[in-house]
Amino acid sequence: MSIQVLMPALSPTMTEGKLAKWHVKVGDEVKSGQVICEIETDKATMEVEAVDEGTVAKLLVDEGTEGVAVNTPICVLAGEGESAADAETPTPAAKAEASKETPKSEEKPKAEAAPAAPSVAAPASEPEWKGGTQHMTVREALREAMAAEMRADGSVFLMGEEVAQYQGAYKVSQGLLDEFGAKRVIDTPITEHGFAGLGVGAAFGGLKPIVEFMTFNFAMQAIDQIINSAAKTHYMSGGQMTCPIVFRGPNGAASRVAAQHSQCYASWYAHVPGLRVLAPWSAADAKGLLRAAIRDPNPVIFLENEILYGQSFDVPEDPDFVLPIGKAKIERAGKDITIVAFSIMVGKALQAAEELAKIGIDAEVINLRSLRPFDTETIVASVKKTNRLVSCEEGWAFAGIGAELSALMMEHAFDWLDAPVKRVTGLDVPLPYAANLEKMALPQSSHIVEAARAVCNR
Amino acid sequence: MAKPATKPKDDPSPAKAKSPPNLGDNSVSPDELKAHYRDMLLIRRFEERAGQLYGMGLIGGFCHLYIGQEAVVVGMQANVRDKDAVITSYRDHGHMLACGMDPKGVMAELTGRSGGYSKGKGGSMHMFSREKSFYGGHGIVGAQVPIGTGLAFAHKYNGDQNVSLTYFGDGSANQGQVYEAMNMAALWKLPVVYIIENNRYGMGTSVERASATTELYRHGEAFGIPGERVDGMDVLAVRAAGEKAIEHARSGQGPYILEMQTYRYRGHSMSDPAKYRTKEEVDKFRNERDPIEHIRKRLLDAKIIDEAGLKAIDTEIRKIVNDAAEFSQQSPEPDPSELWTDILVEA
Repeated sequence: MSIQVLMPALSPTMTEGKLAKWHVKVGDEVKSGQVICEIETDKATMEVEAVDEGTVAKLLVDEGTEGVAVNTPICVLAGEGESAADAETPTPAAKAEASKETPKSEEKPKAEAAPAAPSVAAPASEPEWKGGTQHMTVREALREAMAAEMRADGSVFLMGEEVAQYQGAYKVSQGLLDEFGAKRVIDTPITEHGFAGLGVGAAFGGLKPIVEFMTFNFAMQAIDQIINSAAKTHYMSGGQMTCPIVFRGPNGAASRVAAQHSQCYASWYAHVPGLRVLAPWSAADAKGLLRAAIRDPNPVIFLENEILYGQSFDVPEDPDFVLPIGKAKIERAGKDITIVAFSIMVGKALQAAEELAKIGIDAEVINLRSLRPFDTETIVASVKKTNRLVSCEEGWAFAGIGAELSALMMEHAFDWLDAPVKRVTGLDVPLPYAANLEKMALPQSSHIVEAARAVCNR
Repeated sequence: MAKPATKPKDDPSPAKAKSPPNLGDNSVSPDELKAHYRDMLLIRRFEERAGQLYGMGLIGGFCHLYIGQEAVVVGMQANVRDKDAVITSYRDHGHMLACGMDPKGVMAELTGRSGGYSKGKGGSMHMFSREKSFYGGHGIVGAQVPIGTGLAFAHKYNGDQNVSLTYFGDGSANQGQVYEAMNMAALWKLPVVYIIENNRYGMGTSVERASATTELYRHGEAFGIPGERVDGMDVLAVRAAGEKAIEHARSGQGPYILEMQTYRYRGHSMSDPAKYRTKEEVDKFRNERDPIEHIRKRLLDAKIIDEAGLKAIDTEIRKIVNDAAEFSQQSPEPDPSELWTDILVEA
């Protein structure tokens, strides 16, 4: 059977090219891999190799011809046991036909419309936890969450800088080495890119790593592994690969540690499909969400806050206490304005709500808890009641969580808003060291009060 | 440690071959040698066909062919156990075939069809098979090295005696994360073999222009990792070196580096005209060092197979590749609903 050789595309964008030179003539025997011609594109001249074996029966395009469209037959090869003459009249070869069956882009009537994103079912609300509560710090809550999950599942382990012998740079992992041993509580060298990637590989291999970053500022060294490897591989593998891993550590400003150690990465990670992003405020958030994060089969970014580590809250004593991922919590009910916050800003928002109450503004404070998935439903329900919204975050305003929240409210609650959404954020500067400047640059509860009053015209 | 592998330059005289044939210093049976020939030929023909389908516009984007480097992966894979992990870069088609993945599924992924290993959502550079312990297919230069080290970590953690074969190129060999991973692998004695496929060019930049020291097998010396330079055009040399390195890792002695000196005949990707090297250089490798031709000659010289036998292998391979090419064009494009699947695992 004769074989047609087609004008090849030599780059992702090539549509036509010049047949610059033939390296074979009629009657020549051609072997796989042999260069048969040279083709000139707008970028380069490239050699074309034969894929099939046979005898050159006919050259269909003359040397020097310009503008030869991709997939035009350029040569006919006579197959084994076939004379060149037999192949003189080219019959459409199987491969050429097959290629025609593939619709070319210009033959497509129109670009196929993308199907709408599936609606995501709202997660179950937090159950009522029976029994007593225990007063504990956020630090203790995080530690208890890790210990509980490590007791329950032998494939969970903790790795990071100073997590074991030093007992944690911020003492979050204190005591874990003693209980679980060096196999499961592992001090790493100071190589975030390397150990984040190693953690991803361990997760691909069936383990459930908790990777602690001493702070998320250092995770910028590792962000390629977090996004390109951890977040995208499930999709790129058609669902074959999973990456059950938790990246956790303090995020945002601490106290007087200046620009390189004080950034909030909430919007960076929340931008990425394939990640879950959690930001606890209270000790109960910390414990319930971290347990959920470790059990979740996806990569989870768990953004803690150094200043909150020492703060104490009541936490349900129930040994099964865990929180749903994707559900915001109304920390304070109110009817006049909705204040949305996450992490340390929740405490500041609650302080602001107390101040606002003194002037007769009854604020509802929503603790987001989860930035991805984002609980739009709870916020919209609140805005339908209060008709006013203030968003709070420690990070920069531009392309921040508040920017996303504002856009979501335009899409889902525009008709219920009586005033534009107002954002309370960190100032658009690298965080300064000087005490007075640092205080000015970070959002305080007084800023939330001012914003709420402005939105309420009070 | 860190000595170049000593290997005989010349093949022993095949004329005196008795039964079993004298195949040199490697303990390889005639059937194994035939299998290596067949496996390398499958990769060669598959890649040639992939290049053709690319030329026909059926494969898009980036497509990096393995032609010329076949002996590396075939020689290494001759030593693996079932659950040993394999991971590599984006020049990955050969590795998948050598892991026993179905050529149809690989080719259909190249054409972006639903029958591909990633349902058409990954493409040439992003394919995986849990069943065959193939962990990708990674598009970011060097990223697979910490991940492969993590796979070794998981094997050690589980105490299952399996190892990780982590392949990367001479280009990756200068990435910072490679050294971070090597340090941890040596520190924790992880069962990983790093296979550097030195094909002399990281895209268009030669090793000499990119690496301050070009003895890549010595790049683990700072961490005490032994390394060897291996003739990556000789499947038996690769196999012998791999056997030793894998045994080292499996027995708990930690990582090992093999620098495979190899050569890619085609450009870096399909759109690379490869002007950074001479035609003479390419021809010299193709004509004098071709790994498949080398074994073909050995098989004939040792009278393990005759021309008819070779022809039978050739016919079998052509059928496999034709079937794969056919399947990759008949398999439908992914259903639009696939756009929204596999983003997250639903808990």
